[in-house]
Amino acid sequence: MSAWLIGAALVVPALGAALVALVGWLTPEDPKTGGNNAREAVTVLASVLTFGLVGGQILPVVWSGRRPSWTVFEVIPNVPLAFEIEPLGMLFALVASALWIPTSLYAFGYMRGHHEKNQTRFFVCFAAAIFAALGIAFSANLFTLFLFYELLTFSTYPLVTHEGTEKAMKAGRVYLGILVFTSVTFLLFAVIWTYQLTGTTDFTPGGILAGSVSPGQATLLLALFSFGTGKAALMPFHRWLPNAMVAPTPVSALLHAVAVVKAGVFTVLKIVVYVFGLDFLTTTGASQWLCWVAAFTLLSSSVIALTKDNLKARLAYSTVSQLSYIVLGAALATSAGALGGGLHIAMHAMGKITLFFCAGSIIVFAHKTKVSEMDGLGRRMPLTMAAFFLGSMSIIGLPPMGGSWSKWYLALGAADAGQPIFVGVLMVSSLLSIGYLMPVVGRAFFLPPKPWTDDHGHHHAAQTERREGDWLCTGPLCLTAAGCALLFFYGSGVRDLLLPMVEVAQLAEVLP
Amino acid sequence: MTALSMYWMAIVLMMVGLYTVIARDNLVKKIMGLNLFQVSVIMLYVSMGKVAGGTAPILDHGALPEGFVAFSNPLPHVLMLTAIVVGVATTALGLAIVVRIKEAYGTVEEDEIVAMDNALHSGEG
Amino acid sequence: MAGGAEIEVVHRTLSDHLPVLAVVLPLVAAPVCVLLRKPALVRPFAIMVAWATLGISVSLLSTALGSGPIDYHVGGWAPPVGIAYRIDVVNAWVLVIVTAIASVTFPFGEGHENLDLDPSRVHLYYATLLLCLCGLLGMAATGDAFNIFVFLEVSSLSSYALIALGHKRQALRAAYSYLVMGTIGGTFFLIGVGLLFQSTGTLNIVDLSERVQPLLGSRTVVAAFAFLLVGLGIKLAIFPLHQWLPNAYTYAPAKVSAFLAATATKVGVYVLLRVLFGIFGVAFVFHTLRLEVLLLPMSLLAMFAGSLAAIAQTDIKRLLAYSSIAQIGYMTLGISFANIDGLTGSVLHLFNHALMKGGLFLVVACVNARIGSSRVQDFAGLGRAMPLTMAAFVLGGLSLIGVPATVGFVSKWYLVIGALERGWPVVALLILLSSLLAVVYVWRVLEVIYFKERPADAPEVCEVGWRMLAPTWILIGAAVYFGLRAELSSTVAIEAAKTLIGSVP
Repeated sequence: MSAWLIGAALVVPALGAALVALVGWLTPEDPKTGGNNAREAVTVLASVLTFGLVGGQILPVVWSGRRPSWTVFEVIPNVPLAFEIEPLGMLFALVASALWIPTSLYAFGYMRGHHEKNQTRFFVCFAAAIFAALGIAFSANLFTLFLFYELLTFSTYPLVTHEGTEKAMKAGRVYLGILVFTSVTFLLFAVIWTYQLTGTTDFTPGGILAGSVSPGQATLLLALFSFGTGKAALMPFHRWLPNAMVAPTPVSALLHAVAVVKAGVFTVLKIVVYVFGLDFLTTTGASQWLCWVAAFTLLSSSVIALTKDNLKARLAYSTVSQLSYIVLGAALATSAGALGGGLHIAMHAMGKITLFFCAGSIIVFAHKTKVSEMDGLGRRMPLTMAAFFLGSMSIIGLPPMGGSWSKWYLALGAADAGQPIFVGVLMVSSLLSIGYLMPVVGRAFFLPPKPWTDDHGHHHAAQTERREGDWLCTGPLCLTAAGCALLFFYGSGVRDLLLPMVEVAQLAEVLP
Repeated sequence: MTALSMYWMAIVLMMVGLYTVIARDNLVKKIMGLNLFQVSVIMLYVSMGKVAGGTAPILDHGALPEGFVAFSNPLPHVLMLTAIVVGVATTALGLAIVVRIKEAYGTVEEDEIVAMDNALHSGEG
Repeated sequence: MAGGAEIEVVHRTLSDHLPVLAVVLPLVAAPVCVLLRKPALVRPFAIMVAWATLGISVSLLSTALGSGPIDYHVGGWAPPVGIAYRIDVVNAWVLVIVTAIASVTFPFGEGHENLDLDPSRVHLYYATLLLCLCGLLGMAATGDAFNIFVFLEVSSLSSYALIALGHKRQALRAAYSYLVMGTIGGTFFLIGVGLLFQSTGTLNIVDLSERVQPLLGSRTVVAAFAFLLVGLGIKLAIFPLHQWLPNAYTYAPAKVSAFLAATATKVGVYVLLRVLFGIFGVAFVFHTLRLEVLLLPMSLLAMFAGSLAAIAQTDIKRLLAYSSIAQIGYMTLGISFANIDGLTGSVLHLFNHALMKGGLFLVVACVNARIGSSRVQDFAGLGRAMPLTMAAFVLGGLSLIGVPATVGFVSKWYLVIGALERGWPVVALLILLSSLLAVVYVWRVLEVIYFKERPADAPEVCEVGWRMLAPTWILIGAAVYFGLRAELSSTVAIEAAKTLIGSVP
């Protein structure tokens, strides 16, 4: 039964990718916009079906405490391709599959509005990326996770280089270069080393390393894992993220909120909890250095975000900063920290996707990319900017937005670890995020619109009349903004979903 | 000393052969060098078949001829028959290729051939 | 166990003769091809023979896995007087690899496009191909050292002829250079065998392994070892004895390159394994002589120099040739670890590389059939014009990089574990770093294929037919299949590694 569930949840996006390719090949596109309703319908169907399976069928099973699993076959002796769904993976899968739906709708509107080419390839890779993300979420061992991790890199490459311009190609090279370099040199090395030390790569509550590794080796191993997960954008391997901004905004939304970066921090958190074990890390202190690296990334990227005038670049550095929240939560090696990290996966996804949706709408429908140009935008696109405001609140961590829950638990985790300095770090970071997000809202609503010059040197008069984006774009962003608020009220539910992850860790200490 | 003289001969021939292959530009001469090299190995093998106080390995009513204490080992000779055939085939094939090279390049001097190919290559860019 | 010296092995049924049939079948088929003359007859005949040898090899492998090594005495003469063929897991595996590649490449395409052949010469082409196959199989199957030399020369000579069939005149030069270097290598091997024979009086490999043990300290034996090593090194293109390979693979017809690149060096590696582990033994080679001091740096150099050279290439066949040199470096690296995991990686990579490289060269052959060129820049825009062929290239390239779910990954897995087991973490890191170089040269080509437009004046090209696509995709598909179901090939490789390490008591 579990095998069917997991298999179905994985097969639907994979089949969806194939079907989109087929339909896109067989049916004609609208020559003006590049849209293709038959093909778009396949994407919608696949996304709804996937969410239905993940949220409707698998979630209740995991919620009740069971762990569906499926060992497909042994790839290498003792290293199987296997899936097992535990709370953290469940959460990531929910986030990915849920947000695929609004992202797809938004992408339809954006791609048509921008008259983008190669849309079939775009949507095929989208579906493939979701397939890879789900594979990562469901993986039962390091090998399976690594397999889908690499698949995610390769399936998102065509998305990053979508425009086909020289700039896009260069960004693609940086993207691939950093991600493949880190994953092969550090992550794969760490995976194989773990296997050589312990004889297995399985994720186990309480970790598998205790007893096989010296504290020095554990520190080195953790370093390899952390820096090896380039998708978590720990400095100095974060450059691919801002570089990937050349891609169309739905790609940024997918990359920065739904799939790629979440896969990165999910990997780090999962490895910390299920390969190392929170107690093992506490006793050996192997993750202390990681707290500092994460804190540094956290703060410095927030500062950099302050200096960026290009909205997408600002949001990119904001993402780098927010990801380190999750890494910090993992590195603190306390239950509250891990919980906070897990919560933040969901909260940040919802908040950031809203912000990117807004940024994309602004680009396509108001033709503006720089924050300094966005005076009075609230008059033209009130809904969009209101959604931006709500998303910002969530990122900053203010109630009644979901982000406040995760911030709370992260601070709690720092306190539990006896390291109140990191509570300070979190506070400073919140202040910085107010500094880089609120001016956008402020300009939009409190300043009058003014004439501006776009990237091509054309002068425009001030935009005064109301003109929201296409409903395909505005709808999803309102939905996700509402989601931010919803997550606040259902935050305890999310926490309860994740609780077994850290409880078992403590149990493992009690029971021999 | 005389016992080792065969090995010294083999080594000398081997080195002469190898030197010819490396140092001579003419493709046909290289093949001659290869032949020398192979011949030296044949000599090496055949000489190791000789047994001190041994005679030719031919049975004559099951008895050893007068004055000999053993038969020489026929196996190396047999092996070398094969090696000779291999050498012949290699030479034939090598010379056939040389003939084709002459048709294609107009020369069998390696330095000229290399120059022709490099000029072509740099012309192509 | 003694090499069956006093046992009279009685041969009854056809299946008893399988070990030698694998070699004799193509040997006899070659002159038959010469007699048959008509291409329409010769081609299917040659394909049938290749498939038959594949069937025989698979049967031999399953027997070797199930009931242990098979001893076969040619002509009923017991060794060490007679020539014995000994099929254990190691060489049965090699037999399967060679015959599988032959079975896929022989039927490729219409058979003789790309070659400077008029229809009146086609039967000679197939005869040569079959002789090459016979030589390779003979090298793998036999248990007699001199027999190895004979088949080595048979396969080499036919390779020289096959390489000379290339379009450009540089093919002749390449064949000639290969001939000179290959003959030197083969003769060095012969000298080595001669010195061993001189010390021990036997040519049978199992017998040699026993008789050479008390003599291991003598200069003759060490000299023999050196000659064997260098001779084989030339044959399997260890860096720096690899000079013949780039030209040979570049200028040979793509289909011939596909066959040779996937088989010839593999059998060379096998013979090296047999000599090192089956005759001299781990103790002598790695504890006394400490071969890893030489082999390890050479392998690392091969990996990096080969990959770096590949990055600079503008011709795709030359790129793949330098990539092969790097991949051979992986195989010899595993040997230098001298532990089960390292050897497993090497033996596994024999198979994995054959699949990858064979498939990639077939892709080049497909493209060549359509555009008549193998320069990287001429691949521009083919992603749209020949989608299936290029998709095969993508998968093959990903396999070279070592992406999980492809065979390249599995070999690297075992090699890294082997390095860690040996206590050489830096070497493990270097293995992974060299894969990154592969990313560079593969990605260069992929960018041209998918992101550049076809020049306006270039003629229209369409996808190739199933006769070319099917063999290509069989190999590339296998490269993915055995990357996922690596359990199948790994178990054989682990068995082979254990057999090798335990060969010499």
